Amino acid sequence: MSAGTLYDKVWELHRVADLPSGATQLFIGLHLIHEVTSPQAFAALDDLGLSVRHPERTVATVDHIVPTTSQARPFDNPLAEAMLATLEGNCARHGITLHGLGSGRQGIVHVIAPELGLTQPGMTVACGDSHTSTHGAFGAIAFGIGTSQVRDVLASQSLAMGKLKVRRIRVEGALQPGVYAKDLVLHVIRTLGVKGGVGYAYEFAGPAIEALSMEERMTLCNMAIEGGARCGYVNPDAVTFAYLKGRPHAPAGEAWERAVAWWSSLASGPEATFDDEVVFEAATIAPTITWGITPGQAIGVDETVPTLEQTESDERPIAEEAYRYMDLRPGAPIEGLPVDVCFIGSCTNGRLSDLRAAAAIARGRQVAAGIKAFVVPGSEQVAAAAEAEGLDAVFRAAGFEWREPGCSMCLAMNPDRLEGRQISASSSNRNFKGRQGSATGRTLLMSPAMVAAAAVSGHVADVRRLVAAPTTPDLEPASTRA
Amino acid sequence: MSATPFPAGPIQRCAGRAVVVPGDDIDTDRIIPARYLKCVSFDGLAEGVFADDRSERAGDHPFDRAENQGATILVVNRNFGCGSSREHAPQALMRWGLRAVIGESFAEIFFGNCLALGIPCLSADHDAVLALQAAIAAHPGAILQLDLEPPRVTLEAGGDVQEWSLSLPAGPRRMLVSGEWNGTAQLVAHDGELRATASRLPYLNGFAAA
Repeated sequence: MSAGTLYDKVWELHRVADLPSGATQLFIGLHLIHEVTSPQAFAALDDLGLSVRHPERTVATVDHIVPTTSQARPFDNPLAEAMLATLEGNCARHGITLHGLGSGRQGIVHVIAPELGLTQPGMTVACGDSHTSTHGAFGAIAFGIGTSQVRDVLASQSLAMGKLKVRRIRVEGALQPGVYAKDLVLHVIRTLGVKGGVGYAYEFAGPAIEALSMEERMTLCNMAIEGGARCGYVNPDAVTFAYLKGRPHAPAGEAWERAVAWWSSLASGPEATFDDEVVFEAATIAPTITWGITPGQAIGVDETVPTLEQTESDERPIAEEAYRYMDLRPGAPIEGLPVDVCFIGSCTNGRLSDLRAAAAIARGRQVAAGIKAFVVPGSEQVAAAAEAEGLDAVFRAAGFEWREPGCSMCLAMNPDRLEGRQISASSSNRNFKGRQGSATGRTLLMSPAMVAAAAVSGHVADVRRLVAAPTTPDLEPASTRA
Repeated sequence: MSATPFPAGPIQRCAGRAVVVPGDDIDTDRIIPARYLKCVSFDGLAEGVFADDRSERAGDHPFDRAENQGATILVVNRNFGCGSSREHAPQALMRWGLRAVIGESFAEIFFGNCLALGIPCLSADHDAVLALQAAIAAHPGAILQLDLEPPRVTLEAGGDVQEWSLSLPAGPRRMLVSGEWNGTAQLVAHDGELRATASRLPYLNGFAAA
């Protein structure tokens, strides 16, 4: 059993009561809501005749269903409009702050809470969205919940939860140029499997993790859930504090000093014990890309699609399903695979540093003929910051569309979606069958820089060549020439 | 679509026909594609359950086969319900008529979402799940008897009785059996404890020294 970890400390601090079932009633410090998983929770609250216990601890935004071309109201889609109107009504009625369209603070819920300084070390954070694990980047215990649990948090600011085990994932060394947090987390999931983390919280630690920026840590923790771990976290440190300082909801003045002292005390100490530990070497990780229909079906860009012989026996049925669905041959190289659509955005990779990395590849190059490429900033603040430094112009000049913020084609609840059997290079988090809006559409997950490399190459390309190469408009990896 | 009432009160057993959906890592996007999430109520979700898989199989999906209509117990393999936290997934399964799930393992959020609806997710080891699935295939339409205390499932067909023991963690089992799986009232009742917790959280108290 783990002891002395950040997870243990935060858990104990938020323990309200032990329930007869054996579960713990856990206080939730920050509750985030959006238009998809909250309407039924508010309706259930009404049915029970309950009110919102701490409206000041719940924060709302709209992200999943918003169009990214025009966000004028009412939306063209009446169901989308009804969902936003319902959220607006519920927030107004219960006194909950809603960061709506055009407020300057709207965006993907997992992008805006950190940028507003709402997410802080030592908090428990819950949201009706599995990628709530993102907030663990700050040393918070953050996890996704279902709508019945959203109701419970609204009513009581708490949840019935069972405690997880803690696995430390130590990453030694340093990531190589052209290799990003996205590659690291895909590599971890590829190695430990999509169910390897079930029952665990993942603590990410070690020199390679400490070297990551906050935005990179968010990418990493965001995808803990894709490895089966309901939450992932990084111990708070100077990088965390520097990111938080001066943000709207961050403590200020004397409270800042006290906050930093408390936050620092939360980190897993040298005496901490873990239920399990796995060690990775960062320098061995290549740009990593999924070839199949789960985030664990990933390979280095310089590898080939695994054959059945190279696949564990219990993974073979889903590998065969993936060959069929993706129309990929076992043993085929992934580099050079043509793509139709390139999507840069999502709660995984829709932040400013992601757009900078992609723009660095797009700058001075052109999106290949026949490819639809678009960039969806994670929030209004990300969009404004990117525009202030001219990234929108870089993308537009290269032939990318520059869109309004939202979840967009990560899950295609808005008009952005794949058509038919189109194949996308996507900086999002899930390559499930049908995920991007077409029942037969195909998704290759990769870093934003790799998506940009695919867009300008017309096919999957090793971004390390483009990072290293001078910017010329006709650069192509040799392996793809006929 | 569902003929039986939704779960209510103590849940100790369940009987009915089974529907087998084979495969590991079946995610909640497959159980209910995102386009069906454009709603402000769960009422109409049954029509979207496995929508894309069913149209791909053109009538041959387990949920479309005649012998599976009216089934109340879903039998799956490993890591069922992974991915998105959408409660729409168990809601859609429940509205289609399902009242229990048996499989080798479940994604955590899915398990909790089912529990909050009074739907037990029971586990068995790899070989037992395969044997159960084979027995169901051999006896289409046979009635399964599912018990929570102790967790086990029995299949009786042609004078032959087969039984498999299942597992369900003690906490969720107590919640289901006692009828306390829908615990909002219990959480709200701890008013004093909630106040005490809030009063000791540094970030709710100006980070004043404890």
